[in-house]
Amino acid sequence: MIKLLKYYKPYTALILLTLLLLFLQVMADLALPNYMAKIINNGIALGNISYILIKGIQMLIIAFIGGLCAVGVGFFASRIAAKSSMHMREDVFKKVSDFSNAEFDKFSTASLITRSTNDIQQIQMVSVMLLRMVCMAPIMGIGALIMAYKSSPSMSWTIFLALVIVLSIMITFFFITSSRFKKLQKLVDKLNLIMNERLTGMLVIRAFNTQSYEEKRFDKTNKELTSLNLFVNRVMTFMMPMMMLIMNGVSILIVWTGAKMINMGALEVGDMLAFIQYTMMIIMSFMLISMVFIMMPKALVSGQRIAEVLQTQSNIKDPAENKTKYLNKGESELKGYVEFKNVSFHYPDAAEDVIHDLSFTAKPGETTALIGSTGSGKSTVVNLIPRFYDVTQGEILIDGVDIRDMKQNNLRDIIGYVPQKAVLFSGTIESNLLYGDKNASEKELIDASEIAQAMEFISEKPQGFDTEISQGGTNVSGGQKQRLSIARALVKNPKIFIFDDSFSALDYETDALLRNQLKEKKKDSTKIIVTQRISTIKNAEQIIVLDNGKMVGKGKHSELMKNCQVYKEIALSQLDEEELQ
Amino acid sequence: MNKQTKGNNSMRFGPGRAAVPGEKPKNFKKTMKALLSYLKPYRLKLVFIFIFAIASTIFSIVSPKILGSATDYIVDSLKLSGMVDFSRLFYILTILGALYLLSSLFLYIQSFMMIGISQKVTYALRKDMSEKMDRLPLKYFDSKTHGEILSRVTNDIETINTTLGQSLTQIVTNVCTLVGVLVMMLSINWIMTLVALLILPLSSGLIMLIVKRSQKYFANQQKFLGEINGHIEEMYTGHIIVKAFNGEEDSIKKFEKVNNKLYNSAWKSQFFSGLMMPMMNFVGNLAFVFVCVVGGLLAARGSVSIGQIQAFLQYIKQFNHPIAQIANVVNVLQSTAAAAERVLEFVKEEEELSEENKHAKIDQNKFKGDITFNNLSFGYNEDTIIINDFNCEVKSGQKVAIVGPTGAGKTTLVKILMRFYELNKGSIEIDGVNISDMSRDNLRALFGMVLQDTWLFNGTIMENIRYGNLEASDEEVYKAAKAAHIDHFINTLPQGYETVINEEASNISQGEKQLLTIARAILSNRSIMILDEATSSVDTRTEILIQMAMNNLMHGRTSFIIAHRLSTIKDADVILVINNGDIVEKGSHEELMKRNGFYANLYNSQFKQ
Ligand SMILES: Nc1ncnc2c1ncn2[C@@H]1O[C@H](COP(=O)(O)OP(=O)(O)O)[C@@H](O)[C@H]1O
Ligand SMILES: Nc1ncnc2c1ncn2[C@@H]1O[C@H](COP(=O)(O)OP(=O)(O)O)[C@@H](O)[C@H]1O
Ligand SMILES: [Mg+2]
Repeated sequence: MIKLLKYYKPYTALILLTLLLLFLQVMADLALPNYMAKIINNGIALGNISYILIKGIQMLIIAFIGGLCAVGVGFFASRIAAKSSMHMREDVFKKVSDFSNAEFDKFSTASLITRSTNDIQQIQMVSVMLLRMVCMAPIMGIGALIMAYKSSPSMSWTIFLALVIVLSIMITFFFITSSRFKKLQKLVDKLNLIMNERLTGMLVIRAFNTQSYEEKRFDKTNKELTSLNLFVNRVMTFMMPMMMLIMNGVSILIVWTGAKMINMGALEVGDMLAFIQYTMMIIMSFMLISMVFIMMPKALVSGQRIAEVLQTQSNIKDPAENKTKYLNKGESELKGYVEFKNVSFHYPDAAEDVIHDLSFTAKPGETTALIGSTGSGKSTVVNLIPRFYDVTQGEILIDGVDIRDMKQNNLRDIIGYVPQKAVLFSGTIESNLLYGDKNASEKELIDASEIAQAMEFISEKPQGFDTEISQGGTNVSGGQKQRLSIARALVKNPKIFIFDDSFSALDYETDALLRNQLKEKKKDSTKIIVTQRISTIKNAEQIIVLDNGKMVGKGKHSELMKNCQVYKEIALSQLDEEELQ
Repeated sequence: MNKQTKGNNSMRFGPGRAAVPGEKPKNFKKTMKALLSYLKPYRLKLVFIFIFAIASTIFSIVSPKILGSATDYIVDSLKLSGMVDFSRLFYILTILGALYLLSSLFLYIQSFMMIGISQKVTYALRKDMSEKMDRLPLKYFDSKTHGEILSRVTNDIETINTTLGQSLTQIVTNVCTLVGVLVMMLSINWIMTLVALLILPLSSGLIMLIVKRSQKYFANQQKFLGEINGHIEEMYTGHIIVKAFNGEEDSIKKFEKVNNKLYNSAWKSQFFSGLMMPMMNFVGNLAFVFVCVVGGLLAARGSVSIGQIQAFLQYIKQFNHPIAQIANVVNVLQSTAAAAERVLEFVKEEEELSEENKHAKIDQNKFKGDITFNNLSFGYNEDTIIINDFNCEVKSGQKVAIVGPTGAGKTTLVKILMRFYELNKGSIEIDGVNISDMSRDNLRALFGMVLQDTWLFNGTIMENIRYGNLEASDEEVYKAAKAAHIDHFINTLPQGYETVINEEASNISQGEKQLLTIARAILSNRSIMILDEATSSVDTRTEILIQMAMNNLMHGRTSFIIAHRLSTIKDADVILVINNGDIVEKGSHEELMKRNGFYANLYNSQFKQ
């Protein structure tokens, strides 16, 4: 939390200036009652019009200066708050951009999004308030205290009394509400979650006729939220009438004691009136401070959540010394050998290894296939290559260089990755393909689309490559999404291809066409393919069979059919004996 | 502003749409009327609230005058007798204290009641939306993003919650204050009142100017905020791709650009809206001096007393506030109306056809499971027909496979069978009963369904499986999990069945998710089973085991299976080959292979090199 203060450091001078302006503004505000008292005492009471005019003009000048200062405070406070949150937002975004999957798993994507958006917005709002109003409170409070003391020292005990009451009420409030505010936020999140689940699961909910169950689930949280809201709000609104009552009560007290002193000739009426005004200011400043108590719990939570993100270091770091010799993918020296050397891996926080002591080499110009049952760790293995996670034991080498000794950018430049679940960005088909390589020519786009078997449906669309893609690619079918995601990797023209079960939404015919084209057009590249389909990999140069994270077979189809029981079972579950020949 | 992907289990409701000051509803009057109808049950209470508000305002208006008279009394009695009569002063101050007390009390009672009402209205609105959601046709959701709908349930309703009650009482109290203060000022001295009113054009002019400006920048800020939040959302959800393609730099560049624009509009909107206070204060001081001058002249002539001037000065201070506040409330009410409009639009949306007169039922005991499709035609929208004149007969107990290329309409067929969408033409009959004569609930109770897009919610594995049959015992859940061959995996987890699926369901693999949803469908134990690409991410060995379990389970029951992997469906009784919404071939695996047509071609493509 304290760490966030560094965002205000560059503005130390400006903040000091703002505080100075604030000080002047408060001084002006403090001077005004004094003038008013004088105007009433000496001007109106004695019928001295020219005195009223002179003092009136002086007063207006002071009020004007005070107003100007207030405008200045507003100007600088808004700018400082907006600018520091701009930097904060930027840093959080950059930080998260740098996060590896492990950190995304840890925070959850939804939470990272709220932290980068709502939480920062919250901080910005609070910092304006702080600069503008809350900093004013102590200055005003102390100033008014001095002035009040000056106008009538013997009545100061009334102020003291008022403050004790105000403070004890505020502290009580704080204790009652602060924990409940946190709970309130949790309930709102929960309501959101339920609603979102109901939206994503609409078909399932209707299919199982669980609407009333869902409505009850929602209603329960809705009820909890409503009653908590009711309580918190009712407590909060108690504050205002209470404070009013105290202020007014104190002014009665002052008039009463003031009258006694006036009676003894120890006080003038004007001074008494000024004293009332100053007392009001003091109480007012405490009310301002009480706003901090209201806003702080929320802001503190936000600040903490932001600081958490900023303090988290990505598990995956660039090496101090970049050992990779191929700084760009065009270098001819790069061959594309991918070697796993005794690799073991477990997910952060997980006790058991999901990959045990895995060794194999994927060679350029060849296809290396990974097959195995659900949850055997296939996706995990390929996710290690672009360093979405780092191995926990052993090493992965590309052309003999440990990938942890390469810069992540250089490493990922030479890899074309197609995920299990296709992700497209909003924009057009073209902009999505260009994501593979900004500088790709139109011909390259068409070539890639042809290999990916996407050209047919693209040319069928009225707008062709300019067809709009909505966020997440919801407006193209699953198979089309997958083909575009493959084409995107092809546009990149990398040395190493990784396909994580990327053909699952394609029918067999398209699958076969695609693989043939790939083989023909991307001859020299290293292809690593995860799949469930035997037919997809029957001709692979090397097949790795995984079972529970262990390699139980390695070799060609024909070899594995003979000596790998797991592989044979998988194959037989898909094809008949004679078809396998 | 905050588009959402419809991915399964995606939790992407990050940023929301806050109330946008200056945002205008399409039809203010109509919306307000509809919103006020939610307040109708509380009519009587509202009347009380307004009475209390007015009373509290009147008290707070009268009290400065009494305080002034107390001062006067001190001054006068000093002048007259050189002594203050404390018993008289005590009397005045007691009355004053009582007024203060009542004023605060009324204010509190008023807010207490108002909060009760606005919370209840909020609750009712949320509940209405929640129930509405289940009655809307799926069609409605096709055209809306999840973000849009979520934002209505949370942000818009929150806006209504915080602003409605407050605005209503504020209007009443401020108008009341304005009038009351005016009356009080007049009662003290009309000349001074006139002077004070001279300030009015100045202050209202300033208010208008500031409001206009700040609204413009607020709207801008909201726009850029939406833009930047959208970018953040998209980049975070697609971070693997961003990483894999080294897109960080571009993404950051774009971010910085918008961030800068956001900064510019953010500080300006803050600055302008903050101008109000100092401006009003200065105007107040100006009025103060004017009144002092005039008051001094009048006092010299003896037509007003010091106490009266003092009271008058207090009123002047109170005079400018309500004007600024009313300008503000009008603004707030507009954005409330805009939010309410969106919420009410949802609540008033046309529902699925009523089913009150649909009593057709199939007796569970005599249930056979014959299904006939007669001349079906269907399209998601009028101009694109997906299913065209589809005819088919399925016999009780058959295992029916549906195959065909992506986009052929396989899933669509399932969706109309379960009446998620209504047919354009034709009919479907189950055991001779037309499904559109049955209520949707009755119809769907016949089916157990597993979709390709797995849906799990943030709860334990146990809860997620039990979702298929909420009354099922733990034992039954274990049995279903065993049949779906996921029991072993669950038992290897440290928490077993109590493992909580996280919000994004990222802690288990895609295939494991599918197995869980299959277990759920098995548990539901329905008469007809539909598996739509339900095992696409499950390995084939496990799949065969599941199929065997299913075969036992579904013995004699009708089932539909959709799959790309043809090995999955080879032993089906009937295979329907669909292309462009039409059946192109029909028969068993052997028959179709012999025919050497579309299916054989599809099948053989598995072995092509
Ligand atoms: N992010 C994660 N955190 C923790 N466990 C995970 C994560 N992703 C996958 N796992 C677990 O690791 C195992 C291997 O998963 P995966 O590599 O996706 O399997 P598959 O072979 O089906 O691709 C599974 O048991 C899965 O539950
Ligand atoms: N909700 C929808 N709104 C509009 N069109 C849709 C919707 N869902 C599917 N479609 C379109 O209907 C066609 C058939 O889709 P679908 O039945 O899902 O195919 P599949 O045979 O792959 O299951 C596709 O062209 C698809 O784009
Ligand atoms: Mg996988």
